[in-house]
Amino acid sequence: MTTPLLEVSDLTVRFRTDTGWMTAVDKVSLQIAPGEALGIVGESGSGKSVTALSILRLHAMATTRLPTGRIMWGGRDLLGLSMRDMRAIRGRDIAMIFQDPMSSLNPVLTIADQIGETLRLHQGLDAAASRRRAIELLDLVRIPDAARRVDEYPHRLSGGMRQRVMIAIAIACRPKLLIADEPTTALDVTIQAQILDLLRDLQAELGMSVILITHDMGVIAEFARRVMVMYAGRVVEAAPVGGLFTAPLHPYTEGLLASIPKLDVDVRRLPSIPGSIPDPTMVIQGCRFGPRCPIIEAGCRQDPMLLPAGLEREVRCPPRIAP
Amino acid sequence: MASTAMYKTILTRLAQAVPVLLIFAILVFTLMHLLPGDPAVAIAGTDASREAIDKIREQLGLNRPILVQLLSWLAQIAQGDFGRSIVLNQSVVSAVAERLPVTLSLSMLSLMITLPVGILLGVIAAYWRNTWIDSAVMLIALLGVSLPGFWVGILSVLLFSVHLGWFPPSGYVPIGQGVWPWLASLIQPAVVLALFQIGFLARITRSAMLDVMDQDFIRTARAKGVDEWHTIAKHAFRNTLIPVVTVLGITVSLLIGGAVVIEQVFALPGIGRLIVQGILARDYPLVQGTMLLFGFAFVLINILVDIIYTFVDPRVRYG
Repeated sequence: MTTPLLEVSDLTVRFRTDTGWMTAVDKVSLQIAPGEALGIVGESGSGKSVTALSILRLHAMATTRLPTGRIMWGGRDLLGLSMRDMRAIRGRDIAMIFQDPMSSLNPVLTIADQIGETLRLHQGLDAAASRRRAIELLDLVRIPDAARRVDEYPHRLSGGMRQRVMIAIAIACRPKLLIADEPTTALDVTIQAQILDLLRDLQAELGMSVILITHDMGVIAEFARRVMVMYAGRVVEAAPVGGLFTAPLHPYTEGLLASIPKLDVDVRRLPSIPGSIPDPTMVIQGCRFGPRCPIIEAGCRQDPMLLPAGLEREVRCPPRIAP
Repeated sequence: MASTAMYKTILTRLAQAVPVLLIFAILVFTLMHLLPGDPAVAIAGTDASREAIDKIREQLGLNRPILVQLLSWLAQIAQGDFGRSIVLNQSVVSAVAERLPVTLSLSMLSLMITLPVGILLGVIAAYWRNTWIDSAVMLIALLGVSLPGFWVGILSVLLFSVHLGWFPPSGYVPIGQGVWPWLASLIQPAVVLALFQIGFLARITRSAMLDVMDQDFIRTARAKGVDEWHTIAKHAFRNTLIPVVTVLGITVSLLIGGAVVIEQVFALPGIGRLIVQGILARDYPLVQGTMLLFGFAFVLINILVDIIYTFVDPRVRYG
């Protein structure tokens, strides 16, 4: 493997809640190579979005303790940077798009202004040049009639169009890494496919790395090369997409894959994982998935480690690693 | 923005104001006539004979049935005739016009203090939410809305006029006699009047700003690398203005209401004093006419606020 573009090690994020401190992200490590597509999958509350936000240090300041661990980018630890240096990286080297395109654009500013802002900020373009470039970018994200649309306000665009505008903003400075946090969740199915196609094409065209966060296994299968499964703030399994889908190791991954509807098999009820994700403020001895696990054994009582399990694969499950 | 659509909207709004003002006129008339006593008693004096009072009543047309009086007054108003004041011996319109500059100067000066201070305090409190800065600003705002203006006014006169001698304690100097004397005569009442408005506006701005700061597009701005100042000044502030403009009409209305009290404390010969004099003398045409002009002013202010809206929020379009 070449030198990673981004290397996160032992990232831990803790929040203050009404009932005390909770650990949203617990010693998460990940690497991404230049041009690679990494998927992070998990249900709500698994810590995948917090992980993503912490990379750009966009977590809520008031209620979050400074994340610990290291986020290495170009030889520097992002967690140790001044806010000024951090801002120079945001939107230029690392860009991010979010779940809800309806609320992610500023309703009182034109599209030209919102795309142009990044260009003026990081590339020093003037108003006229940034507007011309904004039109090019709208073309690039396949918005028809870009020259006219650029002067409109967000409320005149559909959800899919707005997510395209968000993507245009994100790729404006040709970032090396794009973090897409549930980019298709708020969109309807046909639009989802279009947005994923667009992201994949842009990734190839611009040669950027993408971290795609989703709870949708189907999206992961289509998009990512490598996938990380998160549960209750921890990585439980990491593997290349092909291997994960054909031979999942962790029982949680198995459960996730089993609950995808299949067109060729007739079932009355989709299988689901019994129980629900634990309350993050609650302390669970040993494996976090233990209370819901069908194959739990004595070895699971001592906090299991994430251990190598074959080529490029890791899993946090003693029964499945046992020699 | 299509300007013909705009004119159409303004005309529609003015037309809609007619029934509102009609109901308002009937209310004002009824309230005035419900007050015990009438102008004839006030004019004739307390020692006057029954016959003398009846005679004045007849001259003023107060012996007619109340409904006839109402209808004849409404008919008069409909023709643009606000009538003559009973005690001042001048037309209502000229009595108001004479005192309008005082009230207008006072309210405008007060508004010019209120807007920047109130909005700035609200933004500061929201940005440093849940810190001592927030608590301090909210305490000032609470004092502003809680302390009665006439009381603060009297204390202020004691301190700044009697002890320090910085400003005249009362009276009004027309702007024709110099800008500084004019400003000196108004600044004290204007600040006292602004205190309530500032408290009110700071609270509205704070909660609007807190709402906006939690919005996704603020996170988008930060993710783009926009610095804190531009995130606040460009992305958050313009969105904060939308609810603030909404309450602007209420603020201006409260301002005029507050001016009535403050004019009494500082002996300013404005419309507020005119109304109080009119009520004491049961001067029906004067009070009713002045109140109706106020009502019309509120209608205009609200139309103006709606127009300002279209500039602040691109999602609002009329037509």
